[in-house]
Amino acid sequence: MTDTSQAHPGSRAGSSDNGFDLGRLLLEGRAFFALIAIILIFSILSPVYFSANNFLTMSSHVAIFGLLSIGMLLVILTGGIDLSVGSTLGLAGVFAGFLMQGVSFELFGVVVYPPVWAVVVLTCALGALVGAINGVLIAFFKVPAFVATLGMLYVARGVALLMTDGLTFNNLGGSPELGNTGFDWLGFNRLFGVPVGVLILAAVAIAAMLALSRTPFGRWVYSTGGNARAAELSGVPVKRVQVSVYVLSGVCAAIAGLVLSSQLTSAGPTAGTTYELTAIAGVVIGGAALTGGRGNVRGTLLGAFVIGFLSDGLVIIGVSSYWQTVFTGAVIVLAVLLNSIQYRGRKKRVEPSGDTAPSPQRASRPAAAVPVVESSAGKPASQS
Amino acid sequence: MNQTFQKQDSVDEVILSARHIAKSFGNVHALKSVNFDIHRGQVTTLFGENGAGKSTLMKILSGVLQPTSGEILLDGRPVSVASTTEAQRLGISIIHQELSLAPNLSVRDNIFMGRELGGATGIDYAEEERQTRRLMEELDEPIDPLTPVEDLRLGQQQIVEIARALSANSRILIMDEPTSALSASEVEVLFRVIRDLKSRGVSIVYISHHLEEALTITDHAVVLRDGSMTAYAPRRDIDLEWIVRHMVGEGFDLGSPPSGYRLGEVALSLREVSVPDATVPGRSAVDRLSLEVRAGEIVCLYGLMGAGRTELLESVAGRLPLTGGSVVLEGRDVSRLSIAERIAQGLVLVPEDRQRDGLVQTMSVGENLSLASIGAFTQRFFTSHRREQAVVEASIDKVHIKTDGGGAEIGSLSGGNQQKVVIGKMLATHPRVVLLDEPSRGIDIGAKAEVFRLLAEGARQGLAVVFTTSEVGECLSIAHRVVVMSRGRISAEFGADVGKEEIMAASGEAVAA
Repeated sequence: MTDTSQAHPGSRAGSSDNGFDLGRLLLEGRAFFALIAIILIFSILSPVYFSANNFLTMSSHVAIFGLLSIGMLLVILTGGIDLSVGSTLGLAGVFAGFLMQGVSFELFGVVVYPPVWAVVVLTCALGALVGAINGVLIAFFKVPAFVATLGMLYVARGVALLMTDGLTFNNLGGSPELGNTGFDWLGFNRLFGVPVGVLILAAVAIAAMLALSRTPFGRWVYSTGGNARAAELSGVPVKRVQVSVYVLSGVCAAIAGLVLSSQLTSAGPTAGTTYELTAIAGVVIGGAALTGGRGNVRGTLLGAFVIGFLSDGLVIIGVSSYWQTVFTGAVIVLAVLLNSIQYRGRKKRVEPSGDTAPSPQRASRPAAAVPVVESSAGKPASQS
Repeated sequence: MNQTFQKQDSVDEVILSARHIAKSFGNVHALKSVNFDIHRGQVTTLFGENGAGKSTLMKILSGVLQPTSGEILLDGRPVSVASTTEAQRLGISIIHQELSLAPNLSVRDNIFMGRELGGATGIDYAEEERQTRRLMEELDEPIDPLTPVEDLRLGQQQIVEIARALSANSRILIMDEPTSALSASEVEVLFRVIRDLKSRGVSIVYISHHLEEALTITDHAVVLRDGSMTAYAPRRDIDLEWIVRHMVGEGFDLGSPPSGYRLGEVALSLREVSVPDATVPGRSAVDRLSLEVRAGEIVCLYGLMGAGRTELLESVAGRLPLTGGSVVLEGRDVSRLSIAERIAQGLVLVPEDRQRDGLVQTMSVGENLSLASIGAFTQRFFTSHRREQAVVEASIDKVHIKTDGGGAEIGSLSGGNQQKVVIGKMLATHPRVVLLDEPSRGIDIGAKAEVFRLLAEGARQGLAVVFTTSEVGECLSIAHRVVVMSRGRISAEFGADVGKEEIMAASGEAVAA
């Protein structure tokens, strides 16, 4: 971290010598350079950091944040925010754990053990439902996104706690005779040596990339965030787009919940607490504008890796978790700072019309104003 | 008062002189060497069409912008108005069209906002209230100082804004379109206040589109056209015709109605359309209005601000809900359809405010141009880059956008070219009926002529065109038919051979005196 913060002032100093292009390049590729810097520094500080196995382990941590960040990116691109993803993640994990324990229908006196694929589908549907509630509140009932999803943050967490009475599901393995084994294939196991969670992240990222850059839906998302009024008048179904991005964000959170509970081989109701903030941080570090309309999957992935590799690196070299929090915060603020520098350079519009705000006056002004009011006081009165 | 004395008086009493004021934004010359005087206790009106440079000049006088060259003399001494604070210190205040009051605060708090009386012990509310009360008495407007501003009518809010300027010791008050949102009786009150201000030596710089109305109050007229001052004269030497002549210019032709073909069937038919007023509950912005437009026909919808033109067009396009009536497109009732469905049917709107409603600033020129016709280059689930490129290039070519290409940033274009992007975007959907709300707003005269040429071309190919304007001259260019709106209804309809005065009379503009 220390080094990333130094890299940028250095680049700006360099830009004055070699023209503006180098500075521009460093600014726009900042997440990438920050990631390189993080890898370099920690590789020097710790012998175990730079190894394929460690990268895979760290990547499986990143997978969780990455999945949340991609969902969050879609929402932020439309100019919204989704604070409920951490809670949705927790709820999804608990819901999956609940299904794995078997659902008993007392009326028929049977206990149903759904197979893992059904658990996945149902859990994703739950995430979609949570997102749909957010989206409908925001798009149709005009509840500010911040408030609607903040409420959902509490509700989803509360439901997760209610479902387990605050306890954790530890037995997610299933049993062969019930036909519901395989939960560990959602994140814990490895395929060709790569953690399944990372592969899931890659698949979701590719899908999101294609959707954003190659489909009408992607164009709708960008235009809704850039200027919803103009988009609407151009025939973009703005409300549908808004609901869709929250649904997708909820599904991403549910997938992350499945991956995380598979990785941990347990599902606790408090899993994912404050992860929504990490997800937002990933999106912001990736260069997306919180005002909407700007950002992409590539940057967001880089942002998620920056956060993940940084915090894991700090753990590996033995920095206390309190300092980790400080570093992560500093990286986020720096990222937003660089964002505003980048987008300020883009604004080429002519002067905004009329600075209407009354300028603050000097302390002596009111005193000076009084005599004039006094002296002209009699005049109109005598006329009327 | 005898004539010689008055003349000498006005010569002596020049309070502010603008000398060779010029302002450029890059290559755009917004103002070119403008000269005029502001006289003590008199009203000087700036006349000019949209984009003529009125607001730029005003911003220079009030310190928002700095002139590229030229100087401002205040009481004969050159001054530099470097900021709005500096302007206020010099006694120059501006009242914008959109008032800058805090609606949640009281009249008293608004008047002393930013320069509260009192010291270490806190604000001296009693003294503020006393002064506010006296100001209101002077202005003959009995508003209680403790009333929240949001509870006041717009006209009263304007009075509060004037009172604030007075309490800040202003000698020169710039008023930008102060009457545009006022009722006739509120205009009367405002004019009484202006006369009152004149009698105590406050100078007014007045800007209005209501020419007749401005003539009743002004003492001097400055006419701007395309950034140049075309005329400057005292009131007694001028009349309405003189102003219009200098505003529009002689010999400039925005085109004539396209001819040589037969109009087609009725393309758009509005039947008893009503739209509620967003600001006044229970009132209708558009009141049972019926109108038919044929394929190939160009209709100009003229009316003052608040006549209901924008509401009418937005409801026809599907943005605002109708409370009554129906919109029929080529024989099919589209009143229940969404905006997207109406676009698909061939009914499109080019909105009035292109920054707010027309463009997505975060997207490139090309992405803006193709936004309304994504379906045209989508196969199955994916968009085709190559086919999108073709749509974008065809649009750039068709509407003559001056740009480095589809990838350029939208902010890099001039106002006129941005407007052409919005028009091009809607034309790319191959519409049957195009509605344009103030298509010429804020673009220079050359771009205006191009936009009108484009519309005329479209009409020749069978497009039905409805455009609104608040410039009479533009109605008399390419429109086959001029429809005048007033208070949500059609007050008159004319052919292409109508005169300016008739149109203005029908809009209620000339009656204000």
